[in-house]
Amino acid sequence: MQLHDVWFLLIAVLWIGYFFLEGFDFGVGILTRLLARDRAERRVLINTIGPVWDGNEVWLLTAGGATFAAFPDWYATLFSGFYLPLLVILVCLIVRGVAFEYRHKRTGERWQRSWELAIFWTSLLPAFLWGVAFANIVHGVDIDREKNYVGSFWDLLNPYAILGGLVTLALFTFHGAVFTALKTVGDIRLRARVLAQQLGLLTAVLALVFLVWTQAHRGDGWSLAALVVAVLALVGALLALRAGREGWAFLLSGLTVVAAVAMLFLSLFPDVMPSTLDPAYSLTVTNAASSPYTLKLMTVVAAVFTPIVLLYQAWTYWVFRKRIGVQHIPAEQG
Amino acid sequence: MELAVAHETIARWQFGVTTVYHFLFVPLTISLSAMVAGLETAWVRTGKEKYFHATKFWGKLFLINIAMGVVTGIVQEFQFGMNWSDYSRFVGDVFGAPLAMEALIAFFFESTFVGLWIFGWDKLPKKLHAACIWVVAVGTMLSGYFILAANSWMQHPNGYTIDPVTKKAQLTDISKVLFQDTTLVVVFHTLTAAFLTGAAFMVGIASYHLWKAKRRPERSDGRQVASMRTSLRLGLVLAVVAGLGTAISGDSLAKVMFEQQPMKMASAEALWDTQGPAPFSIFAIGNVNEGHNSVELEFPGILSFLAKGDFSSAVPGITDTAKAEAAKYGGNPNDYIPNIFITYWGFRLMIGFGMTSFAAGLLGLWTTRRKFWLAPDKRTGADEPPRLMLTKHRELGPALTRWSWRIGIWTMGFPLIANSFGWIFTEMGRQPWAVFGLMTTASGVSPNVGTGTQLTSLIVFTALYAILAVIEVRLLVKYAKAGPDVAERPPAKDPTLRGPSPDEDADRPLAFAY
Repeated sequence: MQLHDVWFLLIAVLWIGYFFLEGFDFGVGILTRLLARDRAERRVLINTIGPVWDGNEVWLLTAGGATFAAFPDWYATLFSGFYLPLLVILVCLIVRGVAFEYRHKRTGERWQRSWELAIFWTSLLPAFLWGVAFANIVHGVDIDREKNYVGSFWDLLNPYAILGGLVTLALFTFHGAVFTALKTVGDIRLRARVLAQQLGLLTAVLALVFLVWTQAHRGDGWSLAALVVAVLALVGALLALRAGREGWAFLLSGLTVVAAVAMLFLSLFPDVMPSTLDPAYSLTVTNAASSPYTLKLMTVVAAVFTPIVLLYQAWTYWVFRKRIGVQHIPAEQG
Repeated sequence: MELAVAHETIARWQFGVTTVYHFLFVPLTISLSAMVAGLETAWVRTGKEKYFHATKFWGKLFLINIAMGVVTGIVQEFQFGMNWSDYSRFVGDVFGAPLAMEALIAFFFESTFVGLWIFGWDKLPKKLHAACIWVVAVGTMLSGYFILAANSWMQHPNGYTIDPVTKKAQLTDISKVLFQDTTLVVVFHTLTAAFLTGAAFMVGIASYHLWKAKRRPERSDGRQVASMRTSLRLGLVLAVVAGLGTAISGDSLAKVMFEQQPMKMASAEALWDTQGPAPFSIFAIGNVNEGHNSVELEFPGILSFLAKGDFSSAVPGITDTAKAEAAKYGGNPNDYIPNIFITYWGFRLMIGFGMTSFAAGLLGLWTTRRKFWLAPDKRTGADEPPRLMLTKHRELGPALTRWSWRIGIWTMGFPLIANSFGWIFTEMGRQPWAVFGLMTTASGVSPNVGTGTQLTSLIVFTALYAILAVIEVRLLVKYAKAGPDVAERPPAKDPTLRGPSPDEDADRPLAFAY
């Protein structure tokens, strides 16, 4: 395994980490409208992710930074090519972060209502758009000899990509519902469990179509294995929910995310952004990679610091392990 | 406007708008996190409630601020790829490394531990809780360090080669990126300036409360005054220390820049012709087309001192430097002259506003000096606003007192202006280069992104940032005016990491919730 293959793996790990973690906090954001019945319940939902959403989002920034360092051409082609969808995602992430922090800073009805709406939409749109973006990456887009995307914005909204977006949207909402069932107590927990089962079925149908389509288009033996794991994990999560085992359900819904994203990366390899104009123009792990020196340096940095990050982030989840219910929500401060 | 020019112009405007805006929050985040950490440590060690109230109060303002800093930072990570894809392809091998290190080493720390700090008041033991905000503080400084290392490489490329086949920059020695003198001096300068910013912020808000308490003693609360007095003191001391540090590091940075980018420094002074000894300009109105200043007022010999450390050395002027660069890189000398109006006045506003804050700190320290220095009848208790004293026995007159408090309040904004102009100066002074001597800004733009798309994103970001600025400032004003919540009590017993037992406290509300 060469260094640029290691880095392909690492970038995949960072994206998988991002979707595993922010996947459920996007889901929780979406559930503020699907599940919560009143303000107190919305606050319960928001507070289940309150201490951790910011740390979750850094996985995205790290994936971005690592792509820049290890595959500059991938970084350049992807973000200049998918400019407008990325712009929407960035705007959403900006508003979303501010919404979490500012919602409770004033007590006014309109103020809080607006931020709650913002949390819903800014969770929903990125959850959908990341799927669109990754579907396009795997499917291949119009990349010219200079490694530049030359298609239009509308080309990115093809049926396969939209299906990909719906899959991530459904999957993250499902993952978020399972997380809510795990992290809350009382009535909302029971409703989250029921909703999670419905969302799980919907996700299963959408994901199966999308992943089989992907497998038929670009798959190999490895990606097929990941596909099977994703499907089994989803079925397992549903069974665990039915049995009331929320911890297991969350691990398995997480494994579904991991396996599904891994399957996309496996079907991509060794390309990183295939070109539909001419296979020779495709960006690959070799022609988009940095020099061996930079890759070696970044490998050392990643090998030292990724475990440390995992340790203290895991510790954070342990500190905030207690379930939350409406009775734990303090009165609004002015 | 010609299309190619519009292309570059819009991309530069977007970078300017988003970056200057981002950097309004960065220095406050860096300094306030450390100052809050200091205050919380003082509370943990002494148990005095004034420190607890100060920690909570400044902590709230810090959180309103860091929220904006974090979200506007996301754009920074991605807009190189969006608007500057050719730049990204060219420099990624070198430039990407410090960026990735920032995310992995510094930003994870900041974001994870700030969550622990916000929500951990009733979950973590006191000392561990204070340690969390220290981690945040160190994280923000590390963050700044890596970003400044990346920027310093653009100012002075080092530790790289140009690949003969791909014609791209390749990293050969990371230590020359992380530890070159440009990086070290810039980090020193930026961090001290950041602390000057936080110090002035604290001085301004504390002055507001103390002056109010002075005017309306019947409506003031001794506990609020006590915590604001402590804050004022901390702010003033930091303003002086950090102000001095900013001046010293600024001087070192100028010497490094005279060496590495003579054009930037000549343009900072609007020094058209090479002169020795060279004067420091106080005021000038230049004519770029004719290459001279129509009006000027200057101190002889000072610029030579800034550049070389003596009063007689020759300092190269704009015209000669432009000719030298044109001879080296080809083209017309005029292509190598940055916007002199902006660099000249940016440099002056940076120094002017920065040093005014430093002076305000000095004056403030003198007028509010400790009671042992003052005559017994002029001393004030810990819960009264300090008298502003000129000498041991003489208080400032009412008009001067009023103005002193006012200046204290206004100082709050000065370093923010200085920081913004400092960046505008140093980035525009490097033009036409994106990476000095290696890549021009014009050639770094994404070739495949249409001007319509670029314009959309420029408008979206500008509008969004303007709206958020209004919301943020209003919240800051609301919380700053309210002052410390002295009714709030510190946690009665130190929480243990094991948490409450299942039956005890199971339904107790969270100490903090969104």
